[in-house]
Amino acid sequence: MAPILKISDLHKHFGPLEVLRGISLDVDPGQVVALVGASGSGKTTLLRCVNALEDYHKGSISLGDEQIGYQELNGRRVRLPESRVARQRADLGMVFQSYNLFPHMTVLDNVALGLVYVQKKSRAEAERIALSWIERVGLAEKVKSYPFQLSGGQQQRVAIARAVAMQPKVMLFDEVTSALDPELIGEVLAVMQNLARGGQTMLVVSHEMMFVREVAHRVVFMDGGVIVEQGPPEEVLVRPRTERLQTFLTRFRGVLR
Amino acid sequence: MGAYHFNWFLAWQSFPRFYWGLALGLELAALSLLIGSVIGMAGAFGRSFGPTWLRLAVMSYVEFIRNVPLLLLIYFAFYGLPKIGITMFDNVWSFVVALSVYSGAYLTEVFRAGVNSVPVGYTEAAKAVGLMPWQRVRLIILPVTFRIILPSLSNTFISLFKDTALASAVAVPELTYAAEWLNVNTFRTIEAWTFAAVMYLFAGYGIAFILRRIERRYAVIR
Repeated sequence: MAPILKISDLHKHFGPLEVLRGISLDVDPGQVVALVGASGSGKTTLLRCVNALEDYHKGSISLGDEQIGYQELNGRRVRLPESRVARQRADLGMVFQSYNLFPHMTVLDNVALGLVYVQKKSRAEAERIALSWIERVGLAEKVKSYPFQLSGGQQQRVAIARAVAMQPKVMLFDEVTSALDPELIGEVLAVMQNLARGGQTMLVVSHEMMFVREVAHRVVFMDGGVIVEQGPPEEVLVRPRTERLQTFLTRFRGVLR
Repeated sequence: MGAYHFNWFLAWQSFPRFYWGLALGLELAALSLLIGSVIGMAGAFGRSFGPTWLRLAVMSYVEFIRNVPLLLLIYFAFYGLPKIGITMFDNVWSFVVALSVYSGAYLTEVFRAGVNSVPVGYTEAAKAVGLMPWQRVRLIILPVTFRIILPSLSNTFISLFKDTALASAVAVPELTYAAEWLNVNTFRTIEAWTFAAVMYLFAGYGIAFILRRIERRYAVIR
């Protein structure tokens, strides 16, 4: 099976600081790939590069057979015009740590927005689709609420609905439970688990090791801007081969045993 | 020196003149706020994203207006513009030009601060949804900016409304001019100015009350 997402030899630096030093990663359709690692290891930057929210300096990212964010022109790598990038982003869904729901729109409008303005669906059709996703994340009674009237967990579920309603080829999750109170984490993870079971391709940055172990098909451990180790969760999380991963996992010992 | 004899009835007889003066002042303020907002949006955009020469031009404009008295701008628009061949404005419209240019400078700063305080996360979410650049501006950045700066817009409107008193200097028949008229024609000096002051007070208070309600209605960002 051909990978849906293909990252090859990705390099990025912020000034003198090298954050990504040659990342190559393939994600197959229907696969859930979890990126784990200490903060500063480059996981979030990698995810943001995939959605062209960050520039990078070398390498390539392809969704299907289309390169994201750049094109080759006379042997040089050139950034695509913003309108082309915008169209590409429509095939990728992203959920942020800080939810980022549009504050001036109701839950329904947040979810329907992309369907109307990007996918050019009629208002009625868009609202029907939006409503069905809002129901699936368990917030049917909140459709007319504004983001500030919701808890963090509820906002994050709306943010997930907003992204998946577009039926993206790949969903990107950037530490989506890190800003949540502990008692609200479960409801968000449950929604993600349902998506994974439904066959949604997902690239997930997470510190929730129980969730990663249960849901991910593959765990990728990053450290210092490189992939140190990867494989099925039962191997990577339970029998780490490298010392760096062993050290990283000691802090999750209570959770994983 | 004889005692001053109050005659409120004479003042009251001029109520229509005061009333229409007040209405005209509100119209002038609203019109200037509207035109000033367009100037302010363009200015903020030019100042933030334009080429260097445009940034410098906007900065000079803002600094110039901030440091020049409004009355001088009003005189320039009324007496000066016709001298350089711009004769299309009567006294009312020359005042609107002056007040718009004046409020435009302040609103440039208001809009700039507003756009800059839109959290970057909203823009990124708008990108992630797949919106085109102009859609991001129209559907997300401008509406959020508008909600952020709404209190500043209300304050600007109230101070522009009070500034319309200066239009009396070029014989625009607004509220202050009505008071002046009463003073000159009937010598009911204290009645005239008190009457005008009370009307300014009630109008200003009323506007503030309505604007606070509008602000609350749109205050969905907490």
